[in-house]
Amino acid sequence: MEDFKVSGSSLTIHLPAEVDHHNAEELKNTADRLMQENNVRCIIFDFEKTVFMDSSGIGMIMGRYKNLRFMGGVVMAVRVNERMRRILTMSGIYKVMDIYEDIPFELK
Amino acid sequence: MGSSMDTEKSAENEMKLEFDSRSCNEGFARVAVSAFMTQLNPTLEEVADVKTALSEAVTNAIIHGYEGRVEKIVIRCRIVEQTILVEVEDHGVGIADVAKAMEPLFTTKEDCERAGMGFSFMEAFMDTVQVDSAPGKGTRVTMTKKILHTENRYER
Repeated sequence: MEDFKVSGSSLTIHLPAEVDHHNAEELKNTADRLMQENNVRCIIFDFEKTVFMDSSGIGMIMGRYKNLRFMGGVVMAVRVNERMRRILTMSGIYKVMDIYEDIPFELK
Repeated sequence: MGSSMDTEKSAENEMKLEFDSRSCNEGFARVAVSAFMTQLNPTLEEVADVKTALSEAVTNAIIHGYEGRVEKIVIRCRIVEQTILVEVEDHGVGIADVAKAMEPLFTTKEDCERAGMGFSFMEAFMDTVQVDSAPGKGTRVTMTKKILHTENRYER
């Protein structure tokens, strides 16, 4: 559970080294449960450990964004390396989320 | 660079991998293919490109080809000169309209949160992508990428 951290109405998800179809499912289920339980308005995807992500990861992020959008929530990506930035940019998802190379403020 | 090595060097190298269409095998398939291509002395980015494209093709086979049923996926890799060819084959439901399936953002599984970007990613990261498919017969995706890094070529 330490990969997910709720603080107020913010949920930080520390993504694993590889985000693919296999673990995107688990991430999705846990994130949705925590979103419901905690009235989450902001999701921060932390890519610090992430070196691989394919379009399943994009689908997972997009899905969380859609769920949150109706409530006026926001989604952001932090500690994104060059490769992950390329994946996020190619997918077009950067249009709906802010991407930061570092954590923009203290989230803990 | 002795002349006796020349035939060795120009020889093709091949591998074939067959595994169950379980999502836990996706990571295994990526590692196996990236290990095989190291003999081309690729850059990290080239390895990442091939891994991403492969991951898309294998995920497609699991989700769309077999629709979650556990059957066999076959990966064939061949190295010819500086080019790696990667083939991913399933014997699942097949694709009726390949051109439609390859359109960006097109997906038949929107409720499963599929982004509809699998083929777009394959095309973005590989030099060529070819899809052979027939309904009820299965799908074979053939991708190639030339590894441009030419120093320290594969020698045995």
